[in-house]
Amino acid sequence: MDVAAAKALGAGIAVIALAGVGIGIGNIFSALVSSVARNPSARDQVFGLGILGFALTEAVALFALLIAFLILFA
Amino acid sequence: MAAEPSIDALGQFRLAPALGMVGGSVNFTTANEMMVLGAVLVLALLYYGMKPKAVVPGRLQAMAEMSYQFIYNMCVDQIGHEGKGFFPFIFTLFFFVLMCNLLGLFPYFFTYTSHIAITAALAIMVIVLVTGVALATHGMKFFTYFFPDGAPKLLAPLIIPVEIISYLSRPVSLSIRLFANMVAGHVMFEVFASFMFMLVGALGAFGYIAAVGPLAINVILVGFELLVAFLQAYVFAILTCIYLHDAVHLH
Repeated sequence: MDVAAAKALGAGIAVIALAGVGIGIGNIFSALVSSVARNPSARDQVFGLGILGFALTEAVALFALLIAFLILFA
Repeated sequence: MAAEPSIDALGQFRLAPALGMVGGSVNFTTANEMMVLGAVLVLALLYYGMKPKAVVPGRLQAMAEMSYQFIYNMCVDQIGHEGKGFFPFIFTLFFFVLMCNLLGLFPYFFTYTSHIAITAALAIMVIVLVTGVALATHGMKFFTYFFPDGAPKLLAPLIIPVEIISYLSRPVSLSIRLFANMVAGHVMFEVFASFMFMLVGALGAFGYIAAVGPLAINVILVGFELLVAFLQAYVFAILTCIYLHDAVHLH
């Protein structure tokens, strides 16, 4: 296997982590939707927390993506 | 592989000297240029925004007041009453990061938070401040932070290292989160922009029509990156607030 093919495979394997992130972000927003549906007056407080959770989870996706970029381009 | 045009995705983050000869001799780079520009823009917003001092604010004044109120509420909500003292620090931090993230979205502008040196410097500043505040407020009692009240004594050898590691990994995650977000966003721009050239190169005239696809994706990405730029500045500021809350109240 030449280096270029190995790089492409490695980058592909590195972004498997995104599956977990997808589940995580889905969980966050499903919880956000159901909590706002139950208590619409709490929307402002819950929304900030949801966005914070989203950003923290998304960071994990970006770590994986960054590793993939490093493998591909660096 | 060699025949295909390669994507130079990380080339955009290379530093270049700014301001010609003078800048080159004192190592004044495009990153410094952007920092100065960002700082000037924030100061201009606050100065010209607050100049009219109208009871019914105009657009600029409303924006200046809203940004003030936004950060002020964040400080007081997260840190509590003591948060008022940290307000100037959080405000500066938030707007420094926000301005950079937003300025970086303009073509040919340099995103200085895409360099780990800068985000790491910010994060280390935050963590040194947090530890300093904690030591100043609680003295030696601060070290009980690493062993929460009511935890079984038997678990101490397990809990204390874990707590220390989590405390020390804060600046790492804080800096890498911001840096990775910015790098990933800009690399994505670069990759999709390169797809356009690849399509034209591979398909000729038909490629120009096909290239509309990557262009449309890039347009959507700019909108997404605007959200990310704001969100990451917000997350950076709010995590600093949360750490300061821990420092002031110890759990």
